[in-house]
Amino acid sequence: MRGGGELTNLAFTSTVGAISLLAGFLGALTGLGGGVVIVPILALGFGIDIRYAIGASLVSVIATSSGAAAAYVREGFSNIRIGMFLEIATTVGALVGASLAARLSTSLIAIVFGVVLVYSAFLSARMPHDPPPDEALDRFATRLRLDGSYPTPGGSQAYHVRGVPTAFGLMFVAGSLSGLLGIGSGAVKVLAMDRAMRIPFKVATATSNFMIGVTAAASAGVYLNRGYVDPGLVMPVMLGVLLGSTLGARVLLNARTRVLRLVFAAVVLALALEMIFNGATGRL
Amino acid sequence: MARRWTDQRIEQVVGGLLRTGVAVAAAVVLAGGVLFLVRHGAEQPHYGVFHGEPSDLRSVRGIVADVASGRARGLIQLGLLLLVATPVARVVFSVAGFALEHDRTYVWITLAVLAVLLFSLAGGHL
Repeated sequence: MRGGGELTNLAFTSTVGAISLLAGFLGALTGLGGGVVIVPILALGFGIDIRYAIGASLVSVIATSSGAAAAYVREGFSNIRIGMFLEIATTVGALVGASLAARLSTSLIAIVFGVVLVYSAFLSARMPHDPPPDEALDRFATRLRLDGSYPTPGGSQAYHVRGVPTAFGLMFVAGSLSGLLGIGSGAVKVLAMDRAMRIPFKVATATSNFMIGVTAAASAGVYLNRGYVDPGLVMPVMLGVLLGSTLGARVLLNARTRVLRLVFAAVVLALALEMIFNGATGRL
Repeated sequence: MARRWTDQRIEQVVGGLLRTGVAVAAAVVLAGGVLFLVRHGAEQPHYGVFHGEPSDLRSVRGIVADVASGRARGLIQLGLLLLVATPVARVVFSVAGFALEHDRTYVWITLAVLAVLLFSLAGGHL
């Protein structure tokens, strides 16, 4: 199936659409996002050039992020100020990453992708932890009015934001990875907010989702102009992932996801190792 | 509390905007996809070697021209363009929202994000 060359467009669209639907569904259920498995599946399973795969994945990331945003907004977890401020770092990073994607060899991109996947799988397998006790307030957080509150069963709960410079730096990295690899890099974004800013996990997740779409849009412009976005390929990926993640988000409300998260993390890990191997041996 | 409430209002308007944007984009992509498969369903794709897309599918002007002449791939690409425009519209609305809140710091922050996005859409060569 190198490059989908033996399949007709109709068969190719159906197969890729079905796989994307499953990837979007599992990605939403596990919180890992569908993009992380789309690129390896297209590149390894279908022999598609990694640049086309990255273009297709990135566009589908915008669809899932924007589609999920409405639900997050209703719940009131996302912090628009934190998101907007950090987007300066992620969008500039995304531009840098997308420029790197055009300059680095596809083998090197595959290796970096694999390493990031391993890390994402590791992050998604661990459980969120409680915020540590209070420390000195961050002057950036106060100046930028980043502190907020979020709904809990016991009423509205206020939180303080810390480590703003560290988080800003990490967000630049997250944006660069997003632009280079065509993924949402939600794992790194959540890490920056959860560990560096020490904000509640649910706020970090919702705000990360808020930022993913804008970050991805910053590299999408570059991808489009460089010819990475193929309509025939992106169509089934984008529609499949969008439908799958919408269904996944509905099921998520009453699903026990601990085991599923571990299984999906294992799949991601296997794909990651294959990406690294194929990249290192020059096959991708 | 008044500030949180207003932030929330902006978010609610913007959330609806995002959902609508994605729905419209998906509908256009689907229409283009059906047209593409009806016309070219029996042909074989070649994504194994990277050629890059033809120039008409890389720019807004080229995509619009393709749609005007009834090309299926152009129609899909228009849907994808609408999808990319959705988060950009969100940032534009946030600029307006922060201006309504008289929050000048955040108007500037949001304008900076918007500038990066527009730079990218204009080609974004670093």
